[in-house]
Amino acid sequence: MAAPLLELERLSVVYEPAILAVEDVSFSIWKGEIVALLGANGAGKTSLLRAISNLLRAKRGRLSKGHIIYDGQRVERVPTHRLVETGLVQVLEGRHCFLFLTVEENLLTGALGRRSSRGDAKDDLGRVYEVFPSLKAKAKQPAGLLSGGQQQMLAIGRALMARPNLLLLDEPSMGLAPLLAAEIFETLAKLNRDDGLTILLAEQNAASALHYASRAFVLENGRLASGGPTADLLARDDILSAYLGLVSEKIVETASI
Amino acid sequence: MNRSRDVTALAIFGVFLVAVPFIKSDYLFNAILIPFIAVSLAALGLNILAGYAGQVSLGSAAFMAIGAFSTYDLLLYVPHLPFLVALPGAGLITAVAGLVFGLPGLRLRGFYLAISTLAAQFFVQWVFTTFPWFQGGDTSGVITAPPIFIDGFQVSTPVERYLLALAVAAILTVFAIALVRSRVGQSFLAVRDNELAAKVLGINVLKIKLIACAISGFYIGIAGALWAYLYVRTIEPAGYDLDHSFQILFVIILGGLASIRGAFLGAAFLVVLPLLLSRGGAALLGPNFDSGYVDLAEKIILGALIILFLRLEPQGLSALLARFSLNRKATT
Repeated sequence: MAAPLLELERLSVVYEPAILAVEDVSFSIWKGEIVALLGANGAGKTSLLRAISNLLRAKRGRLSKGHIIYDGQRVERVPTHRLVETGLVQVLEGRHCFLFLTVEENLLTGALGRRSSRGDAKDDLGRVYEVFPSLKAKAKQPAGLLSGGQQQMLAIGRALMARPNLLLLDEPSMGLAPLLAAEIFETLAKLNRDDGLTILLAEQNAASALHYASRAFVLENGRLASGGPTADLLARDDILSAYLGLVSEKIVETASI
Repeated sequence: MNRSRDVTALAIFGVFLVAVPFIKSDYLFNAILIPFIAVSLAALGLNILAGYAGQVSLGSAAFMAIGAFSTYDLLLYVPHLPFLVALPGAGLITAVAGLVFGLPGLRLRGFYLAISTLAAQFFVQWVFTTFPWFQGGDTSGVITAPPIFIDGFQVSTPVERYLLALAVAAILTVFAIALVRSRVGQSFLAVRDNELAAKVLGINVLKIKLIACAISGFYIGIAGALWAYLYVRTIEPAGYDLDHSFQILFVIILGGLASIRGAFLGAAFLVVLPLLLSRGGAALLGPNFDSGYVDLAEKIILGALIILFLRLEPQGLSALLARFSLNRKATT
């Protein structure tokens, strides 16, 4: 098998003064995969993604141990904007659209980091509108007037403008109606299938994530609790009960007393 | 849309140029047009930093002082330096100063950043009053601006000074328009609206902030030099106090944040307001309405207007104008 696209080696993340958010996490992602990162609130999913994109300092966090190898290079000290240039692009939790800019202007900001020519940016814009037709209809509207789902599409579309090789997505389904979330997952799966886009997806919505991902890893209190092909995980009772809400009747009875 | 705006800008510039021979009064050049251009340029500089890149600054007057003194010192200490080289040179020196005082902005935001720019305001004034070297050894505190020579020709009459200011302003305005439409200009907006999002889009946030500081410094420095050499024709640290910094800030709030024409609209308003007040006051209340009252009335009216604008039209005169022309298009 070829070398992995992204390799995490025993990563630990601490926030000042001494909150250990991620501890000793290792896994690899190969080109063309969709990998899901599961876990409850506070399990360390966001911290891990931010560590990969070198965004921890903004939140007074840092990588205390471990290596990140992207495309054969050590990248722990590579600044975010350089990572984006090499195709490692993240869609943040909570969308972070520029609410006062129009949809199209938002999308064009995605081309800034890659320093693409205006012609290239225009081509990419057309592609993003193909992927998300509902954005095209709202191209001239301020992003602040979009619904949550459309803002999420906008955030993903903006990241696509940077022509990613590896797309990190932090909770793309957060706060969305199930149908919209499904639409977004379908689109991601299509991008993966047609364009070979590699995706690492942090999700609380484990059912959807496991449906679309080929492999998944489960974080618990910052540590890797389990991981493997999604088919194997779906066969395990502990995973189903902890993350898919398929609680055994006994627990429900105890809880309702 | 953009094209029609370019044409409008060109037309306005043309009017300012063609109007020259028809204006017979030196007063209009000296007291209105020249300060209007200098204040506009300073506001343009602040608007690049505060309006576009979102970095609040209360130190504009300090950078104007740096621009004025750099021009003076360059001409004084570098023999045979032409004014047209000293002027951009002073802009560059101010740009470097902007970078230095912009460093806190890499870590600070909003209110805290505003406070840190006050340091620039007080430090710069202190330096220029304390070290006589900057004033060429003159200890009186007020230097008369030396005459300006361009290629052996002395720029002295109000019309000549006005044309020089207008030329400089035209060049810098064209550059500013190109800047805000460029990739760097778009990055300014991204950094202003959401630093974290800008970062994950691959924008080098630190670099963009420093670029904004430097370019803003350049503009304000040139504006300071024009103010000193073409308008007040003296160079003194006391002329660039905190009040002056606030005035520039008021100009962009009234004119419109993140708008090129806003800087000009706001400056026009601020320059003309005291004149209107003194004329209007004298007409209404008779000769008792002296300059003391004008000052007071100006402060009250400005204060009220700023509150009104922030509350009702945060985008300033520029947005009012846009709405007005939109309405007119809709009705015709």
